[in-house]
Amino acid sequence: MPKLPAPPLPKSLQPRPKRPGENGNGAVRPVEAAQEAGITVVDWIDERTSLSGGIRWLLFRKVPKGINWFYTLGSATMFAFLNQAVTGVFLAMFYRPDAAGGAYESVRYITDDAFLGQLVRAMHKWGASVMIILIFLHMARVFFFGAYKYPRELTWIIGVVLLILTLAMGFTGYLLPFDQRSYWATIVGVNINGTGPFIGPYLSDFLRAGPEFGATTLSRFYAIHMMLIPGLIAALIGAHLYLITKLGISAPPWIKAQEDPGLRESQV
Amino acid sequence: MNQAEKEEYLREYSILKNAGKPFFPYAVAKDSVMAVVVMVVIIFLAAMFGAELGPKADPTTTTYVPRPDWYFFFLFEVLRVMKNVPKFTDMATIGVPTICMILLFLLPFYDRSPERWIGRRPVALAAGLTTIFAMAYLTYSGANTGSPNSVDLNPPSSLTSSQRATFRAGEAVVGQSGCLACHVIGHNGNNGPGPPLTAIGTILRPQAIASTLRNPTAPMPSFADLAKDNPEKFNNLVNFLSMLQ
Repeated sequence: MPKLPAPPLPKSLQPRPKRPGENGNGAVRPVEAAQEAGITVVDWIDERTSLSGGIRWLLFRKVPKGINWFYTLGSATMFAFLNQAVTGVFLAMFYRPDAAGGAYESVRYITDDAFLGQLVRAMHKWGASVMIILIFLHMARVFFFGAYKYPRELTWIIGVVLLILTLAMGFTGYLLPFDQRSYWATIVGVNINGTGPFIGPYLSDFLRAGPEFGATTLSRFYAIHMMLIPGLIAALIGAHLYLITKLGISAPPWIKAQEDPGLRESQV
Repeated sequence: MNQAEKEEYLREYSILKNAGKPFFPYAVAKDSVMAVVVMVVIIFLAAMFGAELGPKADPTTTTYVPRPDWYFFFLFEVLRVMKNVPKFTDMATIGVPTICMILLFLLPFYDRSPERWIGRRPVALAAGLTTIFAMAYLTYSGANTGSPNSVDLNPPSSLTSSQRATFRAGEAVVGQSGCLACHVIGHNGNNGPGPPLTAIGTILRPQAIASTLRNPTAPMPSFADLAKDNPEKFNNLVNFLSMLQ
């Protein structure tokens, strides 16, 4: 049988919220301090950093009307990058950039012997493809929605740098397993780089660590793949996000602003 | 965009923004759903297809297929297509990809119209769709190039039986080395980025072929290691190529 809701208690009978240190000499009791621990810690940090303003600025900004699923492609790309970062850290725990055979052996160990190694390596490999598809889709969305136009030109340029860095990640990561396919594809790839205009020959010498593909080439690719480019990508994603938050997410181009009737001149 | 158009845009945008909803939780919810979808897709692909590991890299071997990951097929195909059109050979060496990259960087600076709705941006629509179709086509044709490892040629009838054996042995080295990824021999292989080898014997003498194999023009990999470690295989390769007439 359904119960009727209890009638509201009159004000005078409602239990009053307790105030800290109410009973006694005004000191905060340990139980109360423990109950408030979370708030105290946040307060302590905020008193020193004033981070709460920034977080409010980031999270409680408004996004324009008409935002749809196409607008999730950018954050999806970032999420794929996070997947690459996390699986990459676990792969780096086992990987050895040793061209004499250690590299191949360590990847073989990851693939065949390490617990869930095959899955983590496969997630890193397929995550790269997913990230590249997503970054191109995101770019297509921005292009067709005209979202790169004023005032978001700089966001677009940073995005193009991120696209190139992502492709560079794919290129440098391809060598690391050091099997036949990755070795020879990278030799041809570096040689193709060398035919580029102006900086091409310098770039391929830099990638090879010399005029010939040698023992240090692998450690160079390893350092570029797991230190240089990920650092740049993380920093540039930060800049990209700062600009997005500062300038606001672009509105879909088919939506027109409704004039607020309260702002009409005749009514002023 | 001039100053008036900029202000017009900013005014319109601020009205739209004020009529919108807070980023948290509305946009965050959609982004989270998308993140879960991305994660599920990655785990599904990883569990379904795994990650293979080929034979160990060996600089002295010749058994390899120089193939990039699929998302670089379009770049490789651009080189191949450009090499096939003699007029554009110079453009290929200046770097079509470099030009495309610069065009991409500068997009907001040469597309300065205030219009954002794609239906009223015919040039942008045409350029965007062309780019998408070109990249899809190049990736598709890159994925469908013939196997660079199968060679099937008829030795010239003038050869003696020992020459014929050399021909077959050299043909096998060509197949293992994946030469056909970039070169065409008769009806085998791909025409470009490398020059056709169908009648290379009439153009270069054997010594010239050998020295080209040792010190090739980029992007071809060098065969100097093979010459050092397995001179017999290397000689078979040189003799085979000089028999192509």
